[in-house]
Amino acid sequence: MRFEVLMADTAERFLCEPHQSVLDSMERLNRQDIPVGCRGGGCGVCKVQITHGEYLRRRMSRAHISAADEVAGIGLACCVIPLTNLTLSVVVGPNVPPPQLGAREHS
Amino acid sequence: MAIRGVLRIGEVALRVLDMAAARRHYADYIGLIEVPVADTAQVYFKAWDEHDHHSLVLREAASPGLDYFAFKVFDDATLNQLTQRVEEAGLTVEHLPAGTYPHSGRRVQFELPGGHLMQLYAEKERTGNTLPTRNPGVLPDEGVVRGMRVSRLDHVLLAGPRLAESTQFFTEVLDFDLGEELIDNDSGMQLATFLCCSNKPHDIAFVLRNEPGGFHHVSFHLDSVADVYHAGDIMGKHNISVEVGPTRHGITRGATIYFYDPSGNRNEVFSGGYIHYPDLLPLTWDTTQLGHAAFAIDNQPRPSFFNVVT
Repeated sequence: MRFEVLMADTAERFLCEPHQSVLDSMERLNRQDIPVGCRGGGCGVCKVQITHGEYLRRRMSRAHISAADEVAGIGLACCVIPLTNLTLSVVVGPNVPPPQLGAREHS
Repeated sequence: MAIRGVLRIGEVALRVLDMAAARRHYADYIGLIEVPVADTAQVYFKAWDEHDHHSLVLREAASPGLDYFAFKVFDDATLNQLTQRVEEAGLTVEHLPAGTYPHSGRRVQFELPGGHLMQLYAEKERTGNTLPTRNPGVLPDEGVVRGMRVSRLDHVLLAGPRLAESTQFFTEVLDFDLGEELIDNDSGMQLATFLCCSNKPHDIAFVLRNEPGGFHHVSFHLDSVADVYHAGDIMGKHNISVEVGPTRHGITRGATIYFYDPSGNRNEVFSGGYIHYPDLLPLTWDTTQLGHAAFAIDNQPRPSFFNVVT
């Protein structure tokens, strides 16, 4: 069955396909609610805080998600598979691009 | 100068989250050949046209990324000379006797300014590419060239701080040439450097990043641009995570696809590019042409190029 993801910060909602990660479902809908990185649990770019709902986790890099993070509901959206409707928000981590790069592309 | 110093990247050791998924990716899809090694938790691979025992080493761990990388040098005397120069440059050198790594002669290991562990070695068991050395022919048996048809390791790109120091180490201590660089247009600061020890447009590259020891990608060589599309077809068929491509890099002029292994380590298939000679002047790109430097067909820089590393 399909479950709904509610983005807490924007009140945007989208549906997750069965057995698919939150990020996978979001990309299939051509949405951009969560930043996309490696899609393999390695880079930490799609980090989210899940505040409501239940889910399965695929293995994620300990360099980005500690055991304490897991207990606190922090995970990587590419590795989070909903078991109920979820409420979550994007965690802005250290992995943001240098803002000066790309900004001058069209100058 | 004929190539008689540092020859090529000969070994890359990566951590993966799930070995079963990694085996499927690197062997079945990319087409590397798994090489059996007794009594080890590591898994060893080679590309078909490499002549030494192995070139990619995988280890299952809690976080993906790079354990170390190694360049092969011409012979043992070269290894001695380079070791002395590395020590004179002030780096702490660890001497690893023959047999520390399987089927390998002695190595020296040191940490680069950006936090990456690098090794040099002269000897590794030569197992060949399945073709004989007398009347070798041109075509291996059916099944040797498979998957994405990668022929060999091409280069690595590493992310970390102290980029200028790493670059200087390669040019002044290891006799690499600076082939190309990307600089900030306002400050002139180097953001990425591309270094050659051979006729390739790069054998190793560095990109600036605050956190040390970052792994940006390992690149595998393909014989033709048509093979790049064939590799892309395999990625699509097996739902491999693709970052960008097929496209062409401005820097190096190589045809490329960036994609990820199941643990998030970035891979590349790479073909073409120009021939480098040591008398060429370095090419400089600045950030006014960042998109063209990175991906020269759509000229769009990807934020993920700078923020996705393992």
